[in-house]
Amino acid sequence: MIRFERVTKRYADGTLAVDDLSLECADGEITVLVGTSGCGKTTSLRMINRLVDPTSGTIRVAGKDVTKSDPAELRRTMGYVIQQGGLFPHRTVIDNIATVPRLLGASRAKARGRAYEMLTLVGLSEPMGKRYPYQLSGGQQQRVGVARALAADPPVLLMDEPFSAVDPVVRSELQQELQRLQAQLHKTIVFVTHDVDEAVKLGDKIAVMQVGGHLVQFDTPERILARPENAFVESFVGTDRGIRWLSFFAAKGLRLHVPATVETTTSAEDARRIAREAGTGWLLALDADRHPLGWLEVATLNGGASIELAGLRSLGHTFKPDDDSLRAALDATVLSPAGVAVAVDDRGVVVGVADHEEVTRAIRAASGRA
Amino acid sequence: MKPGGLTFHFHKVSDWAWLTGHIGYFWQLSRTHLYIALVSVAIGLLLALLVGCLAARIPTTHPPILAVTTVLYAWPSLAAFAFLLSITGPSDTTVIIPLSAYAFALLVRSVTEGINNVPDDVRIAATAMGYRSMRRLLTIELPAAVPVIIAGLRVATVSSISLATVASLIGVSTLGQLFVAGENTDFLTEIIAGVVIVAMWALVFDGLLLLSGRMLTPWARRVS
Repeated sequence: MIRFERVTKRYADGTLAVDDLSLECADGEITVLVGTSGCGKTTSLRMINRLVDPTSGTIRVAGKDVTKSDPAELRRTMGYVIQQGGLFPHRTVIDNIATVPRLLGASRAKARGRAYEMLTLVGLSEPMGKRYPYQLSGGQQQRVGVARALAADPPVLLMDEPFSAVDPVVRSELQQELQRLQAQLHKTIVFVTHDVDEAVKLGDKIAVMQVGGHLVQFDTPERILARPENAFVESFVGTDRGIRWLSFFAAKGLRLHVPATVETTTSAEDARRIAREAGTGWLLALDADRHPLGWLEVATLNGGASIELAGLRSLGHTFKPDDDSLRAALDATVLSPAGVAVAVDDRGVVVGVADHEEVTRAIRAASGRA
Repeated sequence: MKPGGLTFHFHKVSDWAWLTGHIGYFWQLSRTHLYIALVSVAIGLLLALLVGCLAARIPTTHPPILAVTTVLYAWPSLAAFAFLLSITGPSDTTVIIPLSAYAFALLVRSVTEGINNVPDDVRIAATAMGYRSMRRLLTIELPAAVPVIIAGLRVATVSSISLATVASLIGVSTLGQLFVAGENTDFLTEIIAGVVIVAMWALVFDGLLLLSGRMLTPWARRVS
């Protein structure tokens, strides 16, 4: 456990970077420090491995005051990942990863062996180990950064905006990768970001900090989104925090309906009849394996013998009731031309549909429970 | 122009018989010349590494060090020779001391600039990994500064090879001897031979440094 006890950092020029911070980062959890620039989140992180020393107060790691440890030795017990990767340009990927084991006295061969394990762990191939940092993409550099931080198997991992400099698609991949690693390794992670979405996605607990180094709220992501402590947190988490909050509720609670469906071979006449009987203007078109193809608007059918595939409207996207949240289900209803979200199983086979009303009902039920 | 005049002129510019007859002499002058030029660069580099590292470790020493090296570099070489002649006499040392000082003045900038150019995130990452400052300097910052240092070393080497010719003015026989003797006897071939040989050595060592720089820093090469 990492514990901040009334920690204050005031710089020589009088700037108050961190103001009387008390915080506990639980073992095996991801604690996210989030806030705008200048809120003291990076300074707080750097006080843990003594890149910065506090002006007053104490930081304890596993009960021990960090200022009582030798800085270099302390740092070797904590992984550190930064935004630009900070890889050593003159060393190969594998030797970058082997850094801390080498500092701890492992032989070159042993350290490299360990480094290759780490390389695989973060999803890079072995030949990548012989490359130099400049030969890697931004996302690969960050993966190497994570591998290097983990190489000596430290109990603590400090991450300072590690995914901020990569594009959104890669960022999302790296976030999932971190979640996968964490499920396997259970490190005590302190993660700094300015991105609320990232904080909500990764954090077990989130500490929202405000300029001047104040901790405003320290809570689970659900509660921060549902009950922001004050106007600052509310504005910081954004106007669509309600929608984000829905990502904490499983779509499993939706009562799915059986949709009126047609196949590509159905005749236009039959389609009109099916729609009339179901009392709907929209039919879900399926292929032979019951995978959804798109929505058919009955009003646009003009006589013909069979349904024209070209006349189908896009599904928007589908959702999986077992894995996805109400946020995904709501999004699917909004994007659906029929106003109806299509639920599929892992094989992509339609298991039912949910309309606006049903999604709204589920949201009401969920928020009532929260 | 009369053909005879041209022949005479051509004869003065390139007296092939004289050239081929003096290859041993050129080689002998080259050896002294290169010895003086390269030893000076080596001494300059060694001092520059020591002082450059000091400047990087203790930032307050940086401005005074740069000021001193600027003064060193601005010092006219002939004045340096004249002054040193009275102490060390017409010896290699008299030449090597000012040439080392010039190389040092050039290279100390390369070393400090190279170290300062190491990205901050690399330095912070190294510290956060648990490097102590001396080890970080020697195993991370200095190696990462090698491309800048090599670039400086190329300039210093070429300039040192060129400057070593001046030594002949105080009686130390470098390739500059060819200029002095050619001038005295009004023999153009000898002067041109001197220029060409000095330029050739400068190119050879510049090329060698370029190549060894590439071999030392495969990590800095950009794929084209």
